[in-house]
Amino acid sequence: MAGIKIDYDECIGCGECVNVCLYDALNINDEDIAEVNLEKCTLCGACASECPVDAIEIDAERSTQKDKDDYHGIWVYAEQWSGSHHDVVFELLTEARRLADDLGEYLGVIAVGSNIKEAAQEFITYGADKVFILEHDDLATPNDEVYAYLITKAVQKYKPAVMLYGATAFGRSLAPRIAGKLNTGLTADCTKLEIDKEKKLLLQTRPAFGGNVMATIVCPEHRPQMATVRPKVFKKQIELDDPQGKIINENVDLDTFESKSVIEKIIAFTKNEFRLEDAEVVVAGGAGFANKEEFALVKELADALEGSVGGSRCAVDACYCSHSSQVGQTGKVIAPKIYIAAGISGAIQHMVGMESSSLIIAINKDPDAAIFQIADIGMVGDAKKIIPALIQAVKKAKEKKADKVAV
Amino acid sequence: MLKIIVLVKQVPNTTQVKIDPETNNLVREGIPSIVNPFDLYAIEEALLLKEKFGASVTALTMGPPQAREVLKYAMALGVDQGVLLSDRAFAGADTLATSYTLSAGIKKIGIPDIVICGKMAIDGDTAQVPVELAEHLNIGCLTNVSQVLEIKTGKLKAVSTMDFSQLKISVKLPAVLAVNKGINEPRLPMLKDMARASHMKCNTLTVNDLNLDKNRISIAGSPTWVVKVFAPESNRKGRILEGSIDKQVEEVLKVLKEHEAV
Repeated sequence: MAGIKIDYDECIGCGECVNVCLYDALNINDEDIAEVNLEKCTLCGACASECPVDAIEIDAERSTQKDKDDYHGIWVYAEQWSGSHHDVVFELLTEARRLADDLGEYLGVIAVGSNIKEAAQEFITYGADKVFILEHDDLATPNDEVYAYLITKAVQKYKPAVMLYGATAFGRSLAPRIAGKLNTGLTADCTKLEIDKEKKLLLQTRPAFGGNVMATIVCPEHRPQMATVRPKVFKKQIELDDPQGKIINENVDLDTFESKSVIEKIIAFTKNEFRLEDAEVVVAGGAGFANKEEFALVKELADALEGSVGGSRCAVDACYCSHSSQVGQTGKVIAPKIYIAAGISGAIQHMVGMESSSLIIAINKDPDAAIFQIADIGMVGDAKKIIPALIQAVKKAKEKKADKVAV
Repeated sequence: MLKIIVLVKQVPNTTQVKIDPETNNLVREGIPSIVNPFDLYAIEEALLLKEKFGASVTALTMGPPQAREVLKYAMALGVDQGVLLSDRAFAGADTLATSYTLSAGIKKIGIPDIVICGKMAIDGDTAQVPVELAEHLNIGCLTNVSQVLEIKTGKLKAVSTMDFSQLKISVKLPAVLAVNKGINEPRLPMLKDMARASHMKCNTLTVNDLNLDKNRISIAGSPTWVVKVFAPESNRKGRILEGSIDKQVEEVLKVLKEHEAV
C-alpha cells in the first residue's frame, strides 16, 4: 500500500512541509521533527517536493506505460462548430508552437467535423507542422462520445506525446473521455505550460483548492500527457515566416461504432449572442453597494465605457445583478481588456474569475483589500463617490472626441 | 423502479481559506468541511426523479471516515441509503484513479440506471470524474445537463447547455449525468430529518470488499503527480493612486485612453 515516510535522521524541522500541506496533515512535533497525521494526509506529494533535505518520501509503486517512449509531438485539438473554429484553438497553437520547439518535436492539429479542410491551411499559418483531418458528414454537430472514439483511434495510431484541449464546456467533456479510454493523465484548466527539457516532460500549472494555491503537475509515466487550457489564457499570434505544414486526411469509419448518446436537436445556438466572456470592458460591483439603486452606478459606468456589468457573488446573492453576470470560480471566468472592480474586496474565488484581464482597476474603501494586490491601478475611496466622477470624466472625454471627429 | 446512485464529495470550504499576509501561507485551521456545493444539485435532481418516477436512491462517496457526514446530509434530504468507500489504500488518487475506484464501488452496489454527479468539486475544480467514471463503467454519459426531459424505454432525454449551444440529447441507460449548477433549487434538510438521518447506518466498503486491480487505485493508478505547490503570484504593478478624487479620476482617464476605452 502506498504511504508517506519521513526520515527522522534527515528532517531538520524547518516546517516547509507544514506550510505547503493543503490538508493540515503535517506538524512539527516537540522534538522538532515533522510528523504526519495519516487521517488527514491524502498522499498528494506536495510536501515531498518541497522538503529541502529530501526527508519525505511518498512510497508507492507507480504504474508505467510500456511503450511511452514511442510517443512524439504535440497535438492541439481543434474545437469547431459548423466548421468555425474556436479562438482557443489558435491560442493553444501559438503556445504549443513554443512548447514543440522546446521539446524539439513537431506540432500537430487534430481536427474533427464536416467541411473543415479549409481551416487546415489556417492552422498551418499558426505554426502547425501536421494537420490530421477527420472529416465526415455525420460529424457536423460535435458529439463528445463520437469525437472521443475517433480521436482515441488517431492517438493510438500516431502516438502524440502531448495533447492540449481548450477548457470549454465541450473540451472538458471530450478530454476526460479520451483520458479514460487511454488510461492516461489529464490536468484541467492549466494557466501555464512549460517543458522540462531534460526529462522531456510537460509541466502543467493550474490553480487548485479554489484558487488559493497553484499546483504544478506532471504525467511522467503515461502518454499522451494531456491538459485543458481556459480560453484567453494565451494570446494568439500568427507565425509569419514561410508556413509549411502537411495535411493528412484520415479515413473516418463510423459503420462499426454505435454511439450511446445521440444529439436529437439543436435547441439554440447562441454564438452571435452577447456573452460576458466576450466583453472587452467589464465593470463589476460587489458588497460595497448597499442596495440595487446604488449598484445602478456600476451599470451607468459600464454604459459610458460601452462595456458590460459583472458582479461578485455578494452582488448576485443580493440580486443586484443576474446569475449570468457572476464573475468567479462558480460563475464566469473572464479576461476582458479592462476590468473595473468597484466595492469588491477580492475573495480568491472572485479573483480567479478575472485575474487574467489585461488591465485591472480596483476601487475600494479598504486600503488593505486583497483586490489591490492583483490590480494595476488602485483607487482607495468610496466607490459611490468615485464612480459618478469617473462617469462624468468619461462622458466629457467622449464628447470632446466626438466634437473633434465632427470638425 | 429506477435505481439511481448520486455521487457526493466532502470538501473543505475553500471560500474560507485565507492567506497569511505575513508568511504567504495558507491558513487552514478551522476550515469547515461541507458537502460540495455542486453536488447539492445532483442530490436534488435524484430526489426529483424519485418523486416523479419512483426510484431508490443511493448516495456514494469516497473519503476518510468523517466523509460519512455528507451521506447523512443526503439521507436527511431523502436519499434512501449511503455507501462510503473508505480505506487508506485509496489515498493519493488523481481523477483517473478516483473514478476507477468509484466504478468498482458502483459495480459492487450494482450498476444503477442513472448515476448523477455535480458538475465538479470546488477543491479540485476538474469536472473530470463523472466522465472518466462513465468510461470505466463503459456506459453512456451526458455532461452540462440543464434539464432532464424524459425517461422512457431505457432511454433518457435531456437538455445539455454548453458555452454557445443548447442541445436536446438522448442517451441509452445506464448512463452518468453531470448536472449544471442551477438545474434545480436544492432543498434544505429539516431538523427532524437531520436527527432521523443521524441514526441511519451507512455501508462502508474497504479495498478488500471491492473487485479491483490494485495497480489502478491510489498513487499506483494515478498518472498525474503534483510536483510543486505554491502561492499564486501577481506580476501587476499595483499602483495606488493618490490625491483628490478629481486627480485620481484624471489619472484613470489617462490610462483608459491609453487602452483605447475612451
